[in-house]
Amino acid sequence: MSLGRYVGRRLAVTVPVLFGVTALTFSFVHLLPGDAVDAIVGFRAVSPATEAATRAEYHLDQPVWDQYLLWLRDAITLEFGESPVTGRDVSATIGRRLPATLALGGAAWLLALAIGIPAGIVAAVRAGEPADEVGRLAALAGIATPNFWLGLILLFVFSVRLGWFRVLPPDAPLVSLATAKFLVLPTITLGTASAALVMRLLRSSMRRELDATYVTAARAKGLPERTVILKHVLRNAVLPVVTVAGLQLAFLVDGAVVVEGIFSWPGMGRLLVQSVLQRDYPVIQAIVLVIGIAIVLANLLVDIVYAILDPRIRY
Amino acid sequence: MSDRQPTTDRGRIRIVGFDEATEQKRDSDASSDAADADGAAADQSIASRAATGIESTTASTSALAQPGRRLENAWRRFRRNRSAMAGLAVLIVMTVLAVFARPITVATAEVTVTLQPFSLAPSDPAAMFVGPPNASPSPAHPFGTDWAGRDQFSRVLVGGRYTLSIGLVAVGLALCVGVPLGAIAGYFGGWIDEAIMRVVDVLYAFPFLVLAIAIVPILEPVPILGSGYWTVVVALAVTGWVGYARLIRGEVLSVREREYVTAARALGVPDRTIIRRHVVPNAIAPVVVQATLNIGTVVLTAAALGFLGLGLEPGSAEWGAMLAQGRSSLLRGDWHVTVFPGLAIFLFVLAINLVGDGINDALEPNRDVDDDRRRMR
Repeated sequence: MSLGRYVGRRLAVTVPVLFGVTALTFSFVHLLPGDAVDAIVGFRAVSPATEAATRAEYHLDQPVWDQYLLWLRDAITLEFGESPVTGRDVSATIGRRLPATLALGGAAWLLALAIGIPAGIVAAVRAGEPADEVGRLAALAGIATPNFWLGLILLFVFSVRLGWFRVLPPDAPLVSLATAKFLVLPTITLGTASAALVMRLLRSSMRRELDATYVTAARAKGLPERTVILKHVLRNAVLPVVTVAGLQLAFLVDGAVVVEGIFSWPGMGRLLVQSVLQRDYPVIQAIVLVIGIAIVLANLLVDIVYAILDPRIRY
Repeated sequence: MSDRQPTTDRGRIRIVGFDEATEQKRDSDASSDAADADGAAADQSIASRAATGIESTTASTSALAQPGRRLENAWRRFRRNRSAMAGLAVLIVMTVLAVFARPITVATAEVTVTLQPFSLAPSDPAAMFVGPPNASPSPAHPFGTDWAGRDQFSRVLVGGRYTLSIGLVAVGLALCVGVPLGAIAGYFGGWIDEAIMRVVDVLYAFPFLVLAIAIVPILEPVPILGSGYWTVVVALAVTGWVGYARLIRGEVLSVREREYVTAARALGVPDRTIIRRHVVPNAIAPVVVQATLNIGTVVLTAAALGFLGLGLEPGSAEWGAMLAQGRSSLLRGDWHVTVFPGLAIFLFVLAINLVGDGINDALEPNRDVDDDRRRMR
């Protein structure tokens, strides 16, 4: 199958999923008990005029199917209206919070790769030896550590006791030395579990590749073990790790929801928690939609990149 | 399988060399034996019946004897795994501590029945000012006290009840939904498969915790869900079933092509019975492993919900909720409020992971836990 046809087919599967994601997010407000207007205005007593205006603004006076299409039209043009709790424009709020989360998530992702890939290689090459056992236990510990707990402990030791880092984020622009320094602890907190995941996945896929005949061939022709591992095995083994980018993204988002709160980092995760606690439904809806679409698109992108890198999977 | 009766009753045609060959193969390949025990038994019972000319009614009478053997073998392998046994020991100790932490009573209007009279915890976890607030660990309060002067040691012990039961019940509920749906999707294929798997794909677009957070406000006002405990459980089950559905579907796709399934179908066994008796038992092992490991994930997510102040009532003695006050108390310098509940979560999840890995090695030594985890996505 040509690449074009593969991408076309992959897109054809993605479109219904995207519709499903939007439909599920749309129905969120309608699944809440009571009238949708109550949910949108935050269960306050409002005058009949306001109620009618809200009803018209969110097209609640029309059949559900039309409501969905109108909502979808608004969502595509990023018009989520105003938050009934804060009165601010929802898209603008999210737009302001998104870069902070991307910076934190990106840094944590890089840290996860920087730790996970070398550790995974060592564990696979030294499988069954003490180094592998230590790595396995370290990875298990990384997975088992609740990130909110790790964050609190790091905050206590390095910020409160030692005073190396600020407790609250600095009032500096996102790209600045002060912000970068502050991000060290949240990045470690968020990256630890992901590093453990990367390590375990890479170890398992490298173990499989090490049994392949091309490895024996490479060794037989006298290549140094280093070249065999880094040039031959790693290149093949890293692909299955890349394909879980969607999983990793979901993992990082889940982590960010908690970690941002601990470090008072003004990102989307913290916004989501605040919105749930304040019952700010339009904001919850918009954030959930952004996250869902981001993950669907990430999975699509990964599959396409994978197909370009490894033509065998375009079956 | 190997201690089968001699083949004298097979009729006049004697098949020589067949059994030795089978047995050798089985000895050399223990793992495929474990995986296919049920199926192979069904195959052979059909074959022997056909040879003796007996009318075959059901294909699985002798298959029923097998799972016991299989579990026995798995348990023997599990017992030899030192880290898995250590994990199991930790789990048992934590369960016992949680159950015997405070007396359990069932109270109706007239009578109060005490189910469990022991009390390991020195004080009521909800009782305030049993000691000075924010006291450091001391002989009277081994884990110190929190801001309201509640005994942390008692709260950590009793908190295990929330964590352990939320983990078990949420995973159990998710399995009850995910396994049948995934098996049906994989077995029938076609539009049923498409429909179920598209729903799975849509739910998978949302991260576990984000979806659970979003579901909490929908579930919270439902009256039967009560004080938030069931809100958390249902939210975690609703988000959790998709992984099992996806995993077992993949397994069923290969199991349904096996000869014993074809044979059962040819004999006119209803699809329902084939799925229940032949397909699911042979496809379930990786799901059992992932479900065990997922208890850890679910416990972490439940604790995160408690930490964020969602679901359970504030002030509950749940490990995650106990940490919710952790930030302010840490900034004051009271480390003990945070350290002990977190350590309890860490120990529990670590133990669950050790046990899960051990179960995998015992059930299917050649399978890769991480590979399955990847496939759940």
